[in-house]
Amino acid sequence: MNNAIRHTWVVSVTMFVTLFAALSIIQVALTEDLNSDPNNARQIYNDRGAPRGAITVDGSPIAESVPAENSNFDYQRVYHDPELYFGITGFFPIAAHPTGLESELNEYLSGHSDSQFFDRMTSMFTGETMEGAQVELTLDPELQRQAYDLIPEGQRGSIVVQEVDTGDIVSLASRPSYDTNDLATHSTEEYNANIAELEDSEHVSPYYFRPINSTIAPGSVFKLVDLAAMLESGDYDPDTVLENPSELDLPDSDRTLPNFTTGICHQQTESNLTWIVAQSCNTPFGEAAMDMGEEPLRDTAEDFGWNQELNIPLSTSASAFPETTSQADLAYSSIGQGSVTATPLQINMVSQGVANGGTVMHPNLVDSIRGSDLQLLEQPEPQVLGEATSEEVAGEMTEMMEAVVDEGTGQSAQSQSFDVAAKTGTAETGNEGQVHTWITGFAPADDPQYAVTVVYENIDYETGHSMTGPQMRQMLEAVIEP
Amino acid sequence: MNETAQAAPKPRRNVELVLLLVALIIGIGAQFLVAVSMDEPITQDYYIEGAVFATISLAFHLALRFRARYADPFILPIVVTLNGLGIAMIHRLDFTASFDGAADRQLVWTVVSIGAAIALLWFLKDHRRLRQLTYVSLIVSVLLLFLPMVPGIGQEIFGARVWVTIFGMSFQPSEIAKITLAVFFAGYLANNRDLILLAGKKVGPFTFPRLQDLAPMAVAWVVALGVLIVQNDLGNALMLFGLFVTVIYVATSRFSWIAIGGVFIAIGAALAYQFVNHFRERVEIWLNAFDQEIYERAYGGSHQVVQGMFGLANGGLTGTGFGNGMPTQAALANSDMIIAAFGEELGFIGLSAILVLYLLLFSRYMRAGIGTRDHFGKLLATGLAVILVLQVFVVVGGITRVIPMSGLVSPFLAAGGSAILANWLIVAIVLLISHSARRPVVVGPMVNTSGAETSGIEDRGGSAEDRGARQDSSTGRSGGEETQIQEAAR
Repeated sequence: MNNAIRHTWVVSVTMFVTLFAALSIIQVALTEDLNSDPNNARQIYNDRGAPRGAITVDGSPIAESVPAENSNFDYQRVYHDPELYFGITGFFPIAAHPTGLESELNEYLSGHSDSQFFDRMTSMFTGETMEGAQVELTLDPELQRQAYDLIPEGQRGSIVVQEVDTGDIVSLASRPSYDTNDLATHSTEEYNANIAELEDSEHVSPYYFRPINSTIAPGSVFKLVDLAAMLESGDYDPDTVLENPSELDLPDSDRTLPNFTTGICHQQTESNLTWIVAQSCNTPFGEAAMDMGEEPLRDTAEDFGWNQELNIPLSTSASAFPETTSQADLAYSSIGQGSVTATPLQINMVSQGVANGGTVMHPNLVDSIRGSDLQLLEQPEPQVLGEATSEEVAGEMTEMMEAVVDEGTGQSAQSQSFDVAAKTGTAETGNEGQVHTWITGFAPADDPQYAVTVVYENIDYETGHSMTGPQMRQMLEAVIEP
Repeated sequence: MNETAQAAPKPRRNVELVLLLVALIIGIGAQFLVAVSMDEPITQDYYIEGAVFATISLAFHLALRFRARYADPFILPIVVTLNGLGIAMIHRLDFTASFDGAADRQLVWTVVSIGAAIALLWFLKDHRRLRQLTYVSLIVSVLLLFLPMVPGIGQEIFGARVWVTIFGMSFQPSEIAKITLAVFFAGYLANNRDLILLAGKKVGPFTFPRLQDLAPMAVAWVVALGVLIVQNDLGNALMLFGLFVTVIYVATSRFSWIAIGGVFIAIGAALAYQFVNHFRERVEIWLNAFDQEIYERAYGGSHQVVQGMFGLANGGLTGTGFGNGMPTQAALANSDMIIAAFGEELGFIGLSAILVLYLLLFSRYMRAGIGTRDHFGKLLATGLAVILVLQVFVVVGGITRVIPMSGLVSPFLAAGGSAILANWLIVAIVLLISHSARRPVVVGPMVNTSGAETSGIEDRGGSAEDRGARQDSSTGRSGGEETQIQEAAR
């Protein structure tokens, strides 16, 4: 009997040895495969619940990770003043792709960039949870707040402010906004409900940020591009007298190109270029575009940034200047209608380029990236995007844009403190009674520091026009120190 | 001849006390560790619960000093370690959204179970008295197994009808039934061993026992298996079958029983695969756990086993530490899947240590069986050891995909009152057996000098109680005299 018990013991031990073998296969040999299995939610929980670096403006966080309560995730991403920064930070959801800077700078924020290699090594040995890098933005929180507050609720507006000599963006605001915290929730149910609600709402999208993604007809602000091309060609100067018919017949087309009916343009049938720009007459530009042809116009537009997507490091949509199909199309394109589109940021880049002596700077949102120990990892240097015009042409354009504010369509942007140079625009939307109202410019005209663009989409002309000029002035007065 | 008698037996209760203190430090320390590593405040409750656990464990130790001073000194510390670790892990899982307050319930059940085990130890005095209950055990087993099928009190949970609810308390009677069945098998085989061995037809190399000698066992076996299969309790069915085969093998020492048992397992598995949906599902999950379609099945899918494996892999060699893993990804993390939780948070090293504890524990159970002098005790100890082995093997094997998964819980670790109670009662019985194995043989003034056969104390007249009383009084004698007597006994 005892021998039988011993045999039983041997069999039992053998069974246990099988268990040890199976365990060592799963826990040691196969860990890589199992950990990377797509069904293994632990990876997601680890990644999505890890503490990420903060995104800061002027040193205070607008996005940060705080320890989570009652959640499978260790940390919860929290956004401060989300209405100001929703399109910039984007959001970091648990079960979908992150957006905005959360996505573009994910490597830094999560601590996985190459420059954080040694931090990772150290944390592996010390056992401390590594936090991702902090990203300080170029934005000025007070300006951002002011810009947001200027845009009335219910309107679709964008305000862009850039530093002239660096291209750094100091304000990038828009309405309507949404709360990014709703999409960073750890509850999949809440997330699904919130994202569905956003996707259903008409004027706001979680994947779209008006100042950099809204490609709309620029209208007359596009004439700055025409002007640069015209002056650059040598055939025109500010005093060149051009015909200014109230209507331009277009070749091979039954369409005509009219001047704005309620404007002052119909007072003069011919005038110098400065006056034409100040009053924003259409017909001389249509004529000039058809005379010059498409080529120089598109080259200049591309030098300003058209037809390319930028990483600022948010991904911007490309403003379009496609090949025109006919002379009529070209004439309409020259006044910012037809197939030409632009984002608010693109239009601001035109002002910035002119203000900067013709040199367009690469727009930039990131001031510095620091490791969790505050050691500097990256500090983007100002980058030249393109030489759009010569300094001379830029100077002439500045004077003509001053005339717009002094005596033309942009008088509402006049400031007591400094001279403002600007260009207004009103683009037809195809909807009766709705236009896009633009203004773009910079100040001080004699020593440009900041470029500002204000735009309202799908708004009636009167309301839009009454806001753009004064709001640009307010932004300029706030940003430029006396 | 048994080895125990060769050395002068010492009670070794002090060894047990030292090991028990170590076990309490591990078990209660684990609870504090949970609080520390999960950044939870250490409240007064921790001290109270630790004190309660320590007190009841030491009470068991004291009961052994009085009633079974020669009992195996390793069993109690091992079991207390496992039970303490179990409570700590359940306590850790209480901090997740899925569970709450399970650790307190587990502690209450532990106290009740140890209390019941002490009572059993105290009043039973000698395991051989269970032999008188051989047929009572059979009846009780059958009643217990049928209980969940009684309308009104039976309850189906997770596809298995193994629960009864009385006065709002859920209980799994099959846990107790495995003890009574072990008692019945051991008792019946101890009584009828010779008949089964000797009477029968010889066909070739095999001797087939007479049908009437096996009939009661066959009935017990068929009823148990039938009921468990109807209740979809495959884990317990496998365990009882293994128990039956092992006990009959140990009783007869004939390897052919193992062969026959193997054939029956194969036939049973084939039939179950044909006719029992539940079983077919389990096999399918076992073979194709990572098949996406099976993984995503709402019911009877492989989600639990796959998530358990992810947990084990996440733990790796050293584990994530208490509170840093995500064991609740797998359903039933604090009962059926608690092994995966340990594997994740304590790693391969921690889980291996737990398995080694189980290995030592069943080895001690079997050691008691080898040491004791009566056939009933040998069969009962081995049977109870096999119950432990198979429980652990079925649970861990199911989680590691060595065998198909079936709903058994890891002894002493998993949350669940009935299992804790049953396993502690088993501990009490095995400790009594080991006490009878190691205590000095005192046979009174009449020394039987006929050799090895002396070990069969039960063959001599007198009730077990009388003998127990005699032996208790004899333990006071001088060691020299005891040695002498043993030598004579050998």
